[in-house]
Amino acid sequence: MSSAPSSAWAQQRSIVLRDGVGVGIAVGSFGLSFGALSVTSGLSLLQTCALSVLAFTGGSQFAFIGVIGAGGTPLTGLATAALLGSRNALYGLRLAPMLQLRGARRLLGAHLVIDESAAMALANEDPATDHHVQRGARFAFWVTGLAVFVCWNLATLVGGLLGNALSDPRVFGLDAAVPAAFLALVWPRLRTRGMWGLAALSAVVALMFVPLLPAGIPVLCAGLVAVIAALIPRKADTDPTMNAAAP
Amino acid sequence: MTHNLAITIGVLATGLSCYAIKFIGLALPKQVLEHPYAIRLGALLPVSLLAALVAVQTFADGESLTLDARAAGVSVAAVALILRAPFLLVVVLATATAALIRAVS
Repeated sequence: MSSAPSSAWAQQRSIVLRDGVGVGIAVGSFGLSFGALSVTSGLSLLQTCALSVLAFTGGSQFAFIGVIGAGGTPLTGLATAALLGSRNALYGLRLAPMLQLRGARRLLGAHLVIDESAAMALANEDPATDHHVQRGARFAFWVTGLAVFVCWNLATLVGGLLGNALSDPRVFGLDAAVPAAFLALVWPRLRTRGMWGLAALSAVVALMFVPLLPAGIPVLCAGLVAVIAALIPRKADTDPTMNAAAP
Repeated sequence: MTHNLAITIGVLATGLSCYAIKFIGLALPKQVLEHPYAIRLGALLPVSLLAALVAVQTFADGESLTLDARAAGVSVAAVALILRAPFLLVVVLATATAALIRAVS
């Protein structure tokens, strides 16, 4: 347990509460566009809301609707979404010793392991108390995770309702919104020349396979670029929790 | 199986998979996922997949490649990102650009 005096803890708690709710509201705007784009990609409002409640990880959800919208099969959508969600396992790994969750709390907490909750928990990690329950990190994790969950799902519903009100998404340029959303998601991760190179190579590989393979599969082929690139040992870019910035 | 039912099953399976991935991270013994390769792949895979998604969603039309209003929308999005615009603004600007180009052409 932290040895900080209770007044310091109360102060930290109010800061974390404010930041966590702020992150939740910011992510809500992203959920709004997810909801709208999902229903224009061919999912029903119920399917759209179910995806936000059950998957609850933005990048994967966008990947799923992107594949469906491009005419790919749900299985390809699932594969792309799962691969994109794999980083959450690495967050969980970092968080596990800090949070020390057991039983029902672990079952519930697992669902809240996302970019934002991981980043907020890590930001509130107290390096002085090694391998014990970190109440600051734990509080930040729950507050951020729950705030994002509530905002994300409400925003998905509102976005879905708005999207349903539009007849032809192409007229409104919504088909350009999907790649723009992906670009905004990958942008914070493009911090080094190596990452830019990887992104460019992956894009080229995916486009090369577009005329040859069914929709969705070219993106999975581009994933192989990362599989091969990861074989090269490298000092930088190794900690995924450090480039957590995308929602 | 209807297309709609297939999507419903896809949604449920995606939800289940995404949850399982998160739970595994919290529950597995540390050394399993702490292998340097797994950590490197965790950093690189999202970049690779997201970049590929940007490219495909911008230039693919079915099984052919085209250059249309989407490319202009995404270019404007890139400029907005360089200028540190927030997420929703980036998406709105891309949408408005594509809609504008379609309206005048």
